[in-house]
Amino acid sequence: MPAAIDIDGLTVHRGGNLVLDAVSCQVAAGSVTGLLGPSGSGKSTLIRSVVGVQRITSGTVTVLGQPAGSKPLRSRVGYVTQAPSVYADLSVRENLRYFAAVVGAAAGEVDRVISAVGLTDKTGALVARLSGGQRTRVSLAAALLGTPQVLVLDEPTVGLDPVLRRDLWEMFHGLANAGTTLLVSSHVMDEADRCTALLLLREGRVLAADSPAAIRRRTGTDDLESAFLAIIDAEQVGSR
Amino acid sequence: MNTRITLATAGRVLTQLRHDHRTIALLLVVPCVLLALLSWIFDDQPAVFDRIGPLLLAIFPLVVMFIVTSVAMLRERTSGTLERLLAMPLNKLDLLLGYALAFGVLAVLQSGIASAVSLWLLDLDIAGSTGWLLLTALLAALLGTALGLLASAFAQTEFQAVQFMPAFVLPQLLLCGLFVPREAMQSVLATISDVLPLSYAVDAMAEVAGNPGLTGAAGRDFAVLAAFIVGALALGAATLRRRTA
Repeated sequence: MPAAIDIDGLTVHRGGNLVLDAVSCQVAAGSVTGLLGPSGSGKSTLIRSVVGVQRITSGTVTVLGQPAGSKPLRSRVGYVTQAPSVYADLSVRENLRYFAAVVGAAAGEVDRVISAVGLTDKTGALVARLSGGQRTRVSLAAALLGTPQVLVLDEPTVGLDPVLRRDLWEMFHGLANAGTTLLVSSHVMDEADRCTALLLLREGRVLAADSPAAIRRRTGTDDLESAFLAIIDAEQVGSR
Repeated sequence: MNTRITLATAGRVLTQLRHDHRTIALLLVVPCVLLALLSWIFDDQPAVFDRIGPLLLAIFPLVVMFIVTSVAMLRERTSGTLERLLAMPLNKLDLLLGYALAFGVLAVLQSGIASAVSLWLLDLDIAGSTGWLLLTALLAALLGTALGLLASAFAQTEFQAVQFMPAFVLPQLLLCGLFVPREAMQSVLATISDVLPLSYAVDAMAEVAGNPGLTGAAGRDFAVLAAFIVGALALGAATLRRRTA
């Protein structure tokens, strides 16, 4: 499978600190790739680089064969920021109508994405009156407008109830089966098993990039949490 | 530029305001109350009210739109919606013009009500036409919006954004010719006054209110105002960075 996202030697400094240290990795087209790592590991910075809103020090990020953030990509890449980036003083429908107009999505798209994130009964509610999890879903719905080929989601399932999380992961796989590439960040290891490929990020470097099964096999562990600990331990022994 | 996105942005900004009844009421009622207060203060000197009243019809829209826009844009920056929009197929100009259009509509409404109250209820006596009066108020409002969009780039918090009003606008208010005619100022102050945008909004309003037709001086003031608006929008666009640190 060709890579939908190709990152080569990406180095990013923020406020004088090295956040990403020569990161090179790929995200296969049609995969649900999990970007996992503790908070502060550089996940959001990597995601912002893929979307093209992060000022980078060096390296290249190529998405669907184009430089990240370039004009033709802006309607082909959907982006969900970590904090729900929607207008609190507008209703769910008003928010999505506006974003639909910006991406040039058809009128029927608004209802489709509202139902995709399970907010049909909240269509007319002001976002300010919604719970945190519901706001996250409005933000996610906005990224689904216009059916982008690549979806980049920064911790989209934080604070959601387990049933909803399962439903969203099912939706992600449905999208991937239809050809969308998803890069989903999370700091919750139990979500790792829901991905078809994993990138483990720690202190600005990629420690592992493989399928969950391959990572388990390589480390001789049953669960991914232990697998990641084994990888981190091996890394520290190696660097000593 | 994309007309669909510009119009959608203007509609979105107006919808946000529509949900905020108190802000709308304040925007529309406060200028009228202040004008009524002013006419009461100069109850026995109607000539003074006739001179100052129209000038306030240029100052209110500029000041109010400056504050409202700088806070609205700052919210856009801090809430992440700006980052989302800039990752979408949106031209920076679509966003800025959308804001200008929305606040322009609001300014026409605000100035229309304030002018109607002044002319019919407060017996403001002007030689000029209401049409030119409204156009001048609209230009002043657009200038306030453009300056507010620019100022928001330099504010990290809403506290700071609100403080920009006294920092940017009050000096202009002191030097615009409202308190002392610009011709009567010391040369240093007159020079400073000459480079401040509000001076031209106030000059234009004085010309428009004092003459039945459009004078050459008013035309020149309009041109300077338009140049300030375009300049501030261009600088504002330059502060909207797709890539941030």
